[in-house]
Parts: sequence; structure tokens; C-alpha cells
Amino acid sequence: MSGYFREVYDGCKSLLVGLGITFRYMIQPVVTLQYPRQAVKMAPRYRGHIDLIPDAEAESGNKCIACGMCQRNCPSGCITLKSEKPEGAKKKVLTGYRLDFTKCSLCGLCVESCPTNALDFSKEYNLAGLQAENFVFDLLKRCEERRR
Amino acid sequence: MSVLAADPTYETFVLNMGPQHPATHGALRVKLVMDGEYIVEAEPVLGYIHRMHEKMGENRTYHQYLPNPSRLDYLSAMACTHGHVATVERAAGIAVPERAEYLRVITVELNRVSSHLLWLGAFVLDLGGFTPLLYAMDDREQILDLLERVTGSRLTYCYFRFGGLYNDVDDDFVDGARALVKRIRDKMPMYHNLITKNVILRQRLEGIGPISAEMCRKYGATGPVARGSGIPYDVRKHEPYSVYPEFDFDVPVYEQGDSMARYLVRMDEIEQSLRIVEQGLDKLPEGPVMAEKVPKIIKPPKGDYYCAVEAARGSFGIRLVSDGTNTPYRLKLRSPCFSNVSLFGEAARGLLLADAVALFGSLDLVIPDIDR
Repeated sequence: MSGYFREVYDGCKSLLVGLGITFRYMIQPVVTLQYPRQAVKMAPRYRGHIDLIPDAEAESGNKCIACGMCQRNCPSGCITLKSEKPEGAKKKVLTGYRLDFTKCSLCGLCVESCPTNALDFSKEYNLAGLQAENFVFDLLKRCEERRR
Repeated sequence: MSVLAADPTYETFVLNMGPQHPATHGALRVKLVMDGEYIVEAEPVLGYIHRMHEKMGENRTYHQYLPNPSRLDYLSAMACTHGHVATVERAAGIAVPERAEYLRVITVELNRVSSHLLWLGAFVLDLGGFTPLLYAMDDREQILDLLERVTGSRLTYCYFRFGGLYNDVDDDFVDGARALVKRIRDKMPMYHNLITKNVILRQRLEGIGPISAEMCRKYGATGPVARGSGIPYDVRKHEPYSVYPEFDFDVPVYEQGDSMARYLVRMDEIEQSLRIVEQGLDKLPEGPVMAEKVPKIIKPPKGDYYCAVEAARGSFGIRLVSDGTNTPYRLKLRSPCFSNVSLFGEAARGLLLADAVALFGSLDLVIPDIDR
């Protein structure tokens, strides 16, 4: 019989202790952020999708030399480069940089393999769209826009 | 099928738990043959999210496979990546700088704490307690924020490279990690008061879903499941890798083998991991975080290599068979959750359906790790 009352006492005590803890949490400041009304501050190293870095000194506006290392190293094959060699010119010129973000797994191997450090990660995380085409980025165009 | 279920005069029925079920935490189906509220047979049906990770390993170069291991056990992604890079480093004979090894241990242990905190919240949620989930998520969020500052990613880190790390940490990380260790250590008594001492939780876990040490050996269960059944097996102690021999930590073992024992093992492991993180921060040497000479194209010599690490759910091992080319000939992934789910059928026999959910939660299964 005493075991029964002991159990009732323990049960009531654990209930009250639990209620006390939740009450203390209730009067503590709010820890959540009211997204999307409040913006989340991204860490400086946050890995979003890749971007070409604008370079004011280069003629083409970026540092890319169209070597194709990023394209070859990408595990998912989401990078497509287009380049041409104008007549009389010594180097290849980048004419198109297409990123299929639907396949990207954000590993950053392209950024690491770039010999001229022409790539970085964007800080964009508010990406939403209704079609897959919304996630196919023309990085050359984005670079032009960033330069302006 | 058991004798009971095969007998036509005995009325049983089949109940599907999953593939979409809140307690399975992913796409896992458990086919249950029920006798009223009691389980006669339980058979986990696997393969709903099979993604051919092993086959992908054979078709990609060593570097290209780097993002894959974190997609297996995405809750302790650091440990899975650690297993992968350790195997390839062993095969290719790449030496890792000491600072990188220490940082690997620190980040893996932080990841283990975050994984156990998520398990704690989800487990108690399965048993009907909603509030602890929010508190555990709050603490886990601090760890994710800290790791995001270093790795740039919150869940699938891809932070380790062959021969070192993706980038170095700064002083903010060291201070942040110290503050975090203090914060979670201060919170642990709260968790014990709120959850461990709760009379409802105790009655739902104590003596429920017993798993014997014999059963663990039979099915190859590792990690907290084996340690909750009295087997003191921990890869960090038994086959030390990285710089774990330099750390002073205990392996919590409970003899009871019930759900409560597995719960207590994980709660103690959080504290032990915090100890390791603290020691690692104290001992953290200066120096580079990347080996000087790492070949751009890795071609390990012909041979068979194996390396196991202690992930949050048990022993995670990778067997690599190299034929000397730039892609593996075979990449076998030994995942802890696959072994741990295998014993569910035997352990759940004769349990009440509600108790089977408690047993299931105490196994801490991550479905992508089972299906790979």
C-alpha cells in the first residue's frame, strides 16, 4: 500500500518539476526569428550557389579563363561552359556559364579547383520557383549585373 | 511466419506502419502481423529511398564522391565523411596535419551532440511529449550555427578533404565552442529533471523492448544499442583512429538492455562528447590544416582497405577495393542503422504496438543510412 502512495507522490512531484521548467521557459525571451518578416543573417562562409566574381581589371569583367576545371570536377555535372577563341587572340574567351542548380549538391569542389579564383558562393538562400528553369542560372549575366 | 500466425483458427491481421508514419522518421515501412494490440511478427521493409550510393562510388573519382557520405546519415554527417576520408587517406598514404585531426575530432563530437539532441527531441515526441523537442532544437540550433560559421553548411557539411580540412577555424569558433559546451552542460540537469525523471517516460521505457547482448552480436548491432545491452564496444576505444587515443573519455555502458538503457547511454554520451570537445579545444595545436602534398588525382595502389569510425549511431565503416585507377573498384558502406534495424523484427515480437514505437525510437534509426 505504501508503494502505491509513494508512486502517487513521485508522479505528482515529477509533474510539478516539469511544469516548473516549462514555466521558466515561458518567461524567457523568444528564441525564434519571425521569418520572412525578419531576415536571417547568413554566416560569411555560407555556401549558396556559385557566382562569378566581378573583376574590374579584366577585359571580360571576370577572372575566368575557360579552362573547364570546374566542369570536369563537378560530381553532378551541373556546370556547362561555353567558350570561343576569337581569330588572332591567344586566349579562349568565356561566352556562357550555365549552372543547373537543381542538380548541385553545394560541395564547393568547383570553387576549390578554380586556378584563378574566379568563383565564390552567393549568400542567397531565398530561392523558390515553380519551374525547374527558375534554377538554371546564367552566371555570366549575373556577373554583369553585379558589376553595374 | 510464426506458428501462431499460420494457424487459421487464430485470428491475426496485418498492419502497416509506414512508409509514411511519424514514428519512422522517413520512408520506412514495417509490416506488422498483429494479434489484437500485440505484435506477432514485425518485418521492416527497406529500400524506399535507395539511391545507389555504393554504385555512385564506383563511377566517380575520389574527390567527386566527397559530398555523398554526408547524405547517408545526414544527422551525423561529419562522422560519415570522416570515415570516407580516413579510408581513402589510409589507402593513398596521405598524412594529415595534427591541427586538422584535432579539428576533425572537435567537429565530429559537436555533430554527435547535435545528433543526440535531435534524437532526444524526436524520441520524446514519439512517446507523446511535445515540449522537450522545442528545447532540444533550441540547443541543437546553437551547434548548427557554430558549425555553419566554419563549414558554410548546416547539415551536409562536406568539410573534410583528403589530407585535411576545407578551411581553418578562427578564434570565434573556439570561443563559441567553449560557450556551447558550458551552455549544454548547464542544460543537462534540466533535461534530466524534465525527461529522465518524468514518471510517465520511465513507465514507458523501463523494461520495454529488451535487447540481449546475444541479439546484438547476432545482428551486428553497434553504438548505443549495443552499449545499452552491456557490450562495451566503441570504435574510438577498440580500434582508435585519428587522435582519439589522446583524449580522456568514458564509454557509457548499461546492462539492462531495455529502451531506458539506450536512452541513458545517449544522454551520458552527450556529456562525454562535451568532455572531448573541451579537451580538444585545450590541446588544439597551431599549424596548417591541409597536408602539403595531396595529389590532384588520387590513385591508391591496388588493394583492399577498410576503416571504421564511431558515428552517432554506431560503427560506420567503408571498405574500399582499389584497382589502381582514379575510381574505386568497389566501395562498400557498412552503415550502423542497417544492422540496428535488422534486430527490430525479433525484439518487437510480443510487444504492444505502442511499446514497439518506444523500441523503434530508442534504436535511433536514420532511414537514408539504412537504404543508402
